[in-house]
Formats: sequence, C-alpha cells, structure tokens
Amino acid sequence: MTSVAGRVRSVGPLVSRIAAALFGGYALAALASVAVLALPMSTPQAVLTGEMASFIIYAAAVIWVFAVRSALRAWAGLLVVAAPLLLAAWSVW
Amino acid sequence: MKTDQEARPDGRGLRQSMSDLHTWVGLLLGWVLYAMFLTGTVSYFKDELSQWMRPELPAQSGVPDQAVVAQRVADELVALVPGSPQWSLRLPDARNNSVYAFWRTAGTAPGQRGFGEGNFDPATGQTVSSRATLGGDFFYRFHFQFHYMPVVWGRWIAGIAAMFMLVAIVSGVITHKKIFVDFFTFRWGKGQRSWLDAHNALSVFGLPFHAMITYTGLVTLMALYMPWGQQVGIKTPAERQQFNAELSAFIQPGKPSGEAAPLASIEDMVRHAQERWGRDGVGRVTATHPGDAAARVAVARGDGGRVSMSPQYLEFEGTTGKLLAVHEGVGPAAETRGVLYALHLGRFSDTVTRWLYFLVSLAGTAMVGTGLVMWTVKRRQKLPDPARPHIGFHVVERLNIASIAGLSVAMAAFLWANRLLPETLADRANWEIHSFFIVWALTLLHGVLRPAKKAWVEQLWLAAALLALLPVLNAATTHRPLWRSLAEGDWVFVGMDLMCWALAALHAVLAVRTLRHRAKLRPARKPAPKTVNEPAGGAVLREG
Repeated sequence: MTSVAGRVRSVGPLVSRIAAALFGGYALAALASVAVLALPMSTPQAVLTGEMASFIIYAAAVIWVFAVRSALRAWAGLLVVAAPLLLAAWSVW
Repeated sequence: MKTDQEARPDGRGLRQSMSDLHTWVGLLLGWVLYAMFLTGTVSYFKDELSQWMRPELPAQSGVPDQAVVAQRVADELVALVPGSPQWSLRLPDARNNSVYAFWRTAGTAPGQRGFGEGNFDPATGQTVSSRATLGGDFFYRFHFQFHYMPVVWGRWIAGIAAMFMLVAIVSGVITHKKIFVDFFTFRWGKGQRSWLDAHNALSVFGLPFHAMITYTGLVTLMALYMPWGQQVGIKTPAERQQFNAELSAFIQPGKPSGEAAPLASIEDMVRHAQERWGRDGVGRVTATHPGDAAARVAVARGDGGRVSMSPQYLEFEGTTGKLLAVHEGVGPAAETRGVLYALHLGRFSDTVTRWLYFLVSLAGTAMVGTGLVMWTVKRRQKLPDPARPHIGFHVVERLNIASIAGLSVAMAAFLWANRLLPETLADRANWEIHSFFIVWALTLLHGVLRPAKKAWVEQLWLAAALLALLPVLNAATTHRPLWRSLAEGDWVFVGMDLMCWALAALHAVLAVRTLRHRAKLRPARKPAPKTVNEPAGGAVLREG
C-alpha cells in the first residue's frame, strides 16, 4: 500500500493529464477548426471541414495524453502541435 | 495498487494505460451512454412507434398524393396561424401517416421567437383527432437532449458522452490485442471471462457501426460543439445565408412587403417537385411570409432514395408559383456532412437496412451494458469482504440495475401510459413522459432497497411482463388487436405486437439466467489452460 506522500505525488500528474485531455484536447481541436480557414478553399467548406475534423483531433489528443510516458510529455506534445496551428489561425483571425 | 512517481510509470505498457482509460471513460458516462444508445436504437422505428401511439389514425394503405396533402394542410395553416412569418410541413411518406408542421408565431418581439407545432391528418387537413402524445419522438429527442432541462444543456451532455464514447472505442481497440481471434472465442459460464468475451464479441462485431454512429452523432450537432471556425469565418448576414444554404433547406424569412397577396397553388409547386424526385420523393414544404407579396416557398426533397441529408430544394415565388431557383448541389465538405448526417439517422433505409440498423445498434447498447456490468464483476472478486462492498462499488452496482433493467421497465411503462392515461387528461402528452421518469425513479429506489441480485431478477421479470402484456393491453383498449391487424395487413401494429413479445422473451431469458447464476465469491482463479466447458446455465449476471 502507498504512503500519503506517494499518493499525492501520483495524483498530481494524473490530474494534470486529465486536464490536458479534457481542456487541452478541446483547445487543440478548436484551434485546428479555425486553422483550417487558412486553407485555399471557400470559407463555408473550410468551416465544415474544420468542424468535422475537430472530433477526430480531440479523440487523438486524448489518446496521446494517456499514451505517453509522463504528464509533461503529454502537454509538450499538445503544444508542439498547437504552435503551427496557432500561426495558421492567427493569419485568418 | 501500485504507485510510482508518475501516473503511468515506465513499467506499464501502452496497452495497460489504454485499458485504464477505457475502463474509466466507459464507466463515468456509461449510464448516460446506455440510455442514449437504447433510446436511439428504438428511434430507428420512431415513425412506426408514433403510428402505434396514435391508434386513432387509421393505418395507411398507401402514400397519399403529396401535392394534394400539401395544399390541404397549407390551407389549414393559413387559417390556423394567420400572419405567421414562416411555417414548414413534413409530408407523409411510406412510414408516416400524419403531417408534422411547425410555425413561427406572428407578432413576437425579435429575440423572443415563438414557435408552435402540430400534427395534421393527411386525409382532412385538420389537426389529428388522436390522443395527445409525443409518440416515438420522445425517445428520439431524449436520446440527444434528455428532458427536464434546457435543450442546449442536454445536447452538451450528449456531446460530452459521445466524445467519451469515441475515446472509449479507440482505447478499447488499442487494449484489445487479439481483436480477430477473440471474435471467435466465447467461454460460457466462466464468470468474468464470459462477460469479457460477450463484451468483445458485441463490440468487435459492430465496431465499424459503433465508431460510425458515435462520430456521426457528434457531426449532427457539430455547430453547437465547435462553433469557433464559424464565428471567425462567417460574419456578415450574406455569408451566414450562404453558409446556411449549404446545410439546410429551410429558407429564412426576409422582409415582408406589407402588401397582402395570397399564396399561389402549393399543389402545383409540389407537383413540379414530384416530376423531379418521384411521386413520394418530396419531404418538406416551407413557406416564408405566406399571405404577403414577398412570400417564398421551398419544396425540399425527402430523405429516401439517397444517403445524404444535404439540402435539395426548389424555390418558388409564393404569390405566382414561379420557379426561382433549383438548389441541388452543395460543396464537397457540406456534402460529406450530409452523408455523415444521413448515416446517423438511417432515414434512407428500406425495411431490411432499417432492421440491420436496429440490430447492430442493439448490439451497441449491449456492448455498453456488458461493459458496465463487467466493472462490478471484475471488482467483486477482489473485494475484501464481498458481503459488504465499499461505497463506490455499491453505487455502480445499483446504478447499473436502474439504468439497464430499470430503463427497460420505464420504456415499457411509457407505452403503457400511452394506452392507459385518459384522453381528456390535461397536459396528457407530458404525463406520458412524466410516467416514464416516475417509473424509472422507482426502479432506482427498488434497486437500492433490494439485494442486488433480487433487484436485477425482479426488474427483468417486470420488464418482460410489461412487454408481454402490451399486445393484450393494446387489444383491450384499441380497436386494433393483433388478429385484426393480421387480417388487415396492418404491418406496423403486427410488428409492434410481435416485437414486444420478442423483447419480453429476451428479458425473460436474462431474468432466468440471472436467477440461476451463483456468484463465485472466492478470489479469481488464475487463467487456466482451456478446460472442458462447464455445463450450460452458468453465469450471465454475476450479481449476488
């Protein structure tokens, strides 16, 4: 059985991962759905493409967050993907 | 429980983390998902359910001429809601013997839109003279927006549940290393193993369907869940109109001219559409500012005969009946969305496809149900004292009873309420719904008060009895008993009666197997090499 300290140390990263999955994943999906507008296609089609793709991106982000070795890597991975998307989204804002 | 410096220490593999993710994501919203799946499954027959719940409306021997019906109901609406800025009616088809119409009410301040709705008899154009009921639409609406809460909240809850489901599906597949071999493996009477095999078989068999239905479910409401692209890209009213035209055949009312002018013949407009899409191919007629010189009418194609919900419609000038525009194509992304949407609703289906939808969807329901039960089965063996489980176990066990067996009881009770509530009861349609929730709450109470195994068995028997007696109740309270429906070839009523018995038998089998089962309370055996099969009649529900 675990000590209290061990329990705290184990719960922190788990909470961090859950936050990364729920909120980080949604933010990434939302960002991607805006970034699509930078693609050379008509705005209505781009909006719909982004909306449809967003759920797949969200699901993939959640899987990523729980698949990697540490909570830190989970966040880092989300940020690495978010950076170029942010640039693209910035250009159409 | 092992702990380390990380939630997932190095020693544990990907499969284990995915397994944990699958377990907890599945459990957390499993009850919501089960209810969504089951009520969604029966919604594939929502039109038939609605027909059964309005027994006063005679069985439809063939689809009436849609052009004539459209004119009839349009005339009625002109009288019923004069000055309405917009009304829309769904014409009868092979599965629908009534006309559903909704309208905006005149004279409401901008911002507070008033809506009304009603069902009309195609033969007379009058409001249907049947008992007040929401019909099969109750299950349909419940499955994505629940009840007793603002519609938007319900839809968000449904969206979150669907997203959890999507993650559960992906993590479940990664967890599952021998997905093909396991499909052919079934170990009866082996407790947790049997549950796992059942869960696997149900999931793998329907996997493409489950993934499709979950994803397309999200797509149906994606504008609500992911509005950001639209907010950034679609700004002016003109852009918004162009965007909406990609999604929906509902034309929006512009500015009225203020000059009164009657509508031209709706019949002729629908006739025009019939020439294009076939006699029964028209789905919907929408009019904006009827009675005004600026009136427009859109006649939209139905959902049959094409696997897409993308808008196809003819737009007419309301006062002259002149064809203004033909809308038959949308952009590639919009068409993709239309196909995904249609795949979810399955309205394109013929009878065989519809049954296939129903059965695979039922397997999906069972997948969620077996997953929920497995959570308790797996943990019961590890409990320090199985007679006194900890609170978490207790909660899951009792919620399982009410949300699985109890939901069957409540859904059957809803149909009983449809036959038993007096027609003169005020707010009758809502009382049918209240009955559903009252009975559901009672099953939860029963599940909490009785020992778990007894609660399972009693509720399953109750559901079986309610379903088995429903055709009897129908025979006693309507003029359409089974022998008459058989003689008259009224297949909707015949189908309902037979389906009730089939589902009653299913619940009876589950009840018997649960009753016969003796829970093994010793610690779990180590996985042994394949042994001789135990005699039949082993574990189905390991609740004790």
